[in-house]
Amino acid sequence: MPKHHITCTVNGDEVEFLCEARQSLLEVLRDVLRLTGTKEGCNNGNCGACTVLVDGVPVDSCLVLGVEAEGARIETIEGVARDSRLHPIQQCFLEDASLQCGICTPGFIVAAKALLDRNPNPSEAEIRFDLAGNLCRCTGYDKIIRAVQKCGAPLRGVD
Amino acid sequence: MKNFHYFAARTVKEAVSLLEAHGDAAKVLAGGTDLIVQLREGLRSADCVLDVKKVPELMELRLGADGLRLGAAVPCYRVYGDEAVRSQYPALADATHIIGGWQIQGRASVGGNLANASPAADSIPPLIAYQAICEIAGPNGRRRIPVEEFCTAPGKNALGRGELLVALQLPPQPPGSGAHYRRFIPRNEMDIAVVGVAANLTLASDGVIQAARVALAAVAPTPVLAREASEFLVGKPAEEDVFREAGDLAKLSASPISDMRGPADYRRHLVGVLTRRVLVTAAERANTP
Repeated sequence: MPKHHITCTVNGDEVEFLCEARQSLLEVLRDVLRLTGTKEGCNNGNCGACTVLVDGVPVDSCLVLGVEAEGARIETIEGVARDSRLHPIQQCFLEDASLQCGICTPGFIVAAKALLDRNPNPSEAEIRFDLAGNLCRCTGYDKIIRAVQKCGAPLRGVD
Repeated sequence: MKNFHYFAARTVKEAVSLLEAHGDAAKVLAGGTDLIVQLREGLRSADCVLDVKKVPELMELRLGADGLRLGAAVPCYRVYGDEAVRSQYPALADATHIIGGWQIQGRASVGGNLANASPAADSIPPLIAYQAICEIAGPNGRRRIPVEEFCTAPGKNALGRGELLVALQLPPQPPGSGAHYRRFIPRNEMDIAVVGVAANLTLASDGVIQAARVALAAVAPTPVLAREASEFLVGKPAEEDVFREAGDLAKLSASPISDMRGPADYRRHLVGVLTRRVLVTAAERANTP
């Protein structure tokens, strides 16, 4: 079967790639485009480690086909920091030690940033509900929740 | 995952002719949150995956005088994210807001949830409570069936060869209507219903119930209308005692199995409790226009 030629943008850059229909967007990002910041956790849509934004909407990239990216705007963890400056949510994760092994972190950061972009002052309940699609087996979540709450304030200042 | 041909249809006609040509070897891709997992795990197989998200009719969400027209591939986040849907069809907003997590809601569609025909599908009881009609396109044109006839068995639906679920049509809700969907799960979120209940009530100004539809999930081979409970409610006052009795009657529509999510007796008990609670919320919503 011939490969598909796909054109899309990834973190603002126009990108072209070839992929098989069966390849997930996650496989394409990691194995074809070598953007290995997005992690594979469960590969069945439960853990959220592979969260990316497609046209601004958070999705599990393991449940998107690479071919579906045609014409889409993809944003990954690699696009969250600006040049060498961390995004406030990344800074808050660092300062609050909201990670241990780090596999879930890129997914949490991408989802948390999308959450804060939509709602800069979320309650703890809102954070827990909206980040329920991201699993972490190290931190017990409390430090992650605190980092997201703390991050809301400087983000509002930046606005 | 085994490789397959991928085709993105642009029109309903194109999709139907491809489905007719390939039969069961073609699988429809909407949000993919069930299909891609099933293909990867070998639970289903496909020579051809037909993406229907480029067909405008399947991505349309429109509220008008004739009610809500919901394209079969519209993802959940657009359903609960629509303010008019939240106010006019709150039970559908309730359900789409708790299907999977945020990332799943960005892709998963109500039409896909229906076509996947899980007995525990969260969006189907609200569709039954709202008397949704399924619009199906096939090689011989279009047909319409009530949503409670769409699922025929666990994982099975009424679509024949070459047929595609195009849209769901939900009739307009008269003034004084209120609805709710709630499920029981042992966690706070991201789980499959042990029992799910939707109710849709229309109240007269004196508080008497004019119309009622109660529907259940995860207690029968398919989501079902709780007929005895629904018929009992009409003409009664919207009061807790009435709702408790309706909960008892709803158990008559439940034929649950025992599985890892809960034993049959527990599920039957939950039908009574949840039905009462869901009716209380539906009545509150009916009273707050």
